[in-house]
Amino acid sequence: MTAVSPGVDAALLRDVRSSRRGDRVFSGITLASGALVFALLAAIAVFLVVKALPALEHDKSSFWTTRIWDPDGTGKYGVAALVYGTVLSAVLALVMAVPVALGVALYTVEYAPRRIGTILGYLTDLLAAVPSVVYGLWGLFFLLPHLVGLQEFLNRWLGWIPLFGGANGDVNTFSKSVFAASVILAIMILPIVAAISREVIRQVDPAQKEAALALGATRWEMLRTAVFPPSRPGIVSAVMLGLGRALGETIAVALVIGNTFAISAHVLTPGGNTIAANIANRFGEAGNIGVSALIASGLVLFVITLLVNLIARFVIYRSGVQERSAAV
Amino acid sequence: MAKRIETVGLSCFYGKTKAVDDVSIAIEPKSVTAFIGPSGCGKSTFLRALNRMHEVIPGARIEGQVLLDDEDIYAPEIDAAAVRRTIGMVFQRPNPFPTMSIYDNVAAGLRLNGVRRRSDLDSAVERSLRGANLWEEVRSRLNKPGAGLSGGQQQRLCIARAIAVEPQVLLMDEPCSSLDPISTLAIEDLIFELKDRYTIVIVTHNMQQAARVSDITAFFTLRGPGEPGYLVESDTTQKIFTNPSEKRTEDYITGRFG
Repeated sequence: MTAVSPGVDAALLRDVRSSRRGDRVFSGITLASGALVFALLAAIAVFLVVKALPALEHDKSSFWTTRIWDPDGTGKYGVAALVYGTVLSAVLALVMAVPVALGVALYTVEYAPRRIGTILGYLTDLLAAVPSVVYGLWGLFFLLPHLVGLQEFLNRWLGWIPLFGGANGDVNTFSKSVFAASVILAIMILPIVAAISREVIRQVDPAQKEAALALGATRWEMLRTAVFPPSRPGIVSAVMLGLGRALGETIAVALVIGNTFAISAHVLTPGGNTIAANIANRFGEAGNIGVSALIASGLVLFVITLLVNLIARFVIYRSGVQERSAAV
Repeated sequence: MAKRIETVGLSCFYGKTKAVDDVSIAIEPKSVTAFIGPSGCGKSTFLRALNRMHEVIPGARIEGQVLLDDEDIYAPEIDAAAVRRTIGMVFQRPNPFPTMSIYDNVAAGLRLNGVRRRSDLDSAVERSLRGANLWEEVRSRLNKPGAGLSGGQQQRLCIARAIAVEPQVLLMDEPCSSLDPISTLAIEDLIFELKDRYTIVIVTHNMQQAARVSDITAFFTLRGPGEPGYLVESDTTQKIFTNPSEKRTEDYITGRFG
């Protein structure tokens, strides 16, 4: 088969060349996009560190333990209460949102009649797209007054748990509290966790589900045997994305949290603060050192978020390793 | 252990579409019955109706009766999950649970039935893997994922998983269609051994396979595109392949149709 006409050969070669040029351009574009992510992350980190340095040098007290925020006056300020409030409100939000979100996801995919499932899916996505300031305003004017009853109930019957404790009367007031912030955060992260979990659960191979059913599994046993195990890494990712949003959520929390600097286990009593809410509330009136101090707190939030993401990666990686190491 | 299955005027539907029309057939215990016929003739649908897997698909339903030793498995008081525990199934594409080890795959059905004691599980897993002719190949790596096995091994793992719960009947939906000839031979040998203990029904596209493994062959076809499938005849495999009663069967067997 050596008798190939030269004309055909040349044409083939030219074709290969032009497609290579396309390849190079495309791989260049993707490389640039990838590099941009690194550059952005580095730029943000450098900005935060450089801008935070003056405040950290000016600091008259301990940045990590002080529970006052007065950078422009006495020069005393610290992130202790902010970090505490940020993590506490975010974790409480997860505890409230994740079970409901998984329920929504499972109902949408596995239990709902197809039409209702489709509609529910659209609505969930719509809820995820509501701007956070709308959530905040709704929380402030509608949710807060209606939460008082729940707060009273929790305090009366579960007050022996420190979380729900606190002086009677305190919780009876119309209160901006960590609890209120957690509830609004839970509502905000619910749709995003539900939407991602739903897509993850939808990806499960129907053949796996049939395998479980054919072994005599009930619906719930089928979910436990064939749906949860392969979905776990994706659901962990969804939860971590929700946690990331809860940690960083600014305006909705700023509207419903107490804006104080005490560290208290009593989430129902008025008070509490988070890093992001504090930045939103203080930024307008902050002086030079004040702005720098707020950016320093922003750096702390940045690091917390990075850590959360790393831990999530590690959890997913480890569950993957267990499967792979078993494969070798 | 093996039980007899009989269908009485069984029709299968997907929503308003009738896929299988009025099939009455008796499937004898401790024998291999093969369903053959052209694509779309409803033989897989009919097979899935035999252990109530058909109704798993939204909108799917049946009319008529399926009797397991004279007990109607579609009677209102009968639990579909219990039916499927009694009538096991092996699918076209090997579908071991991907996150589970070989051991856990085989033990999955037992665990669903509440078997918890390690020694009970150990012995059942070994017995089932031996039963599926897979034990020697995997005994040293039971804790490795089932997904790491070859296609043929995975299918034998699925057979082990199905027989671990000690069903009365084993339904196989084109179990070799995604396997190479060597693996196919291994599965066919296995079917030959399993028929001593189970009632086996196998759907196959491969007529040589039906001729090799089955005692009884049932020929399904459809009257035309969009029409429901129906049973033309069922008889001993020997008779179907040498001297069928129906012209349509002969045309199909000899390759003149289908």
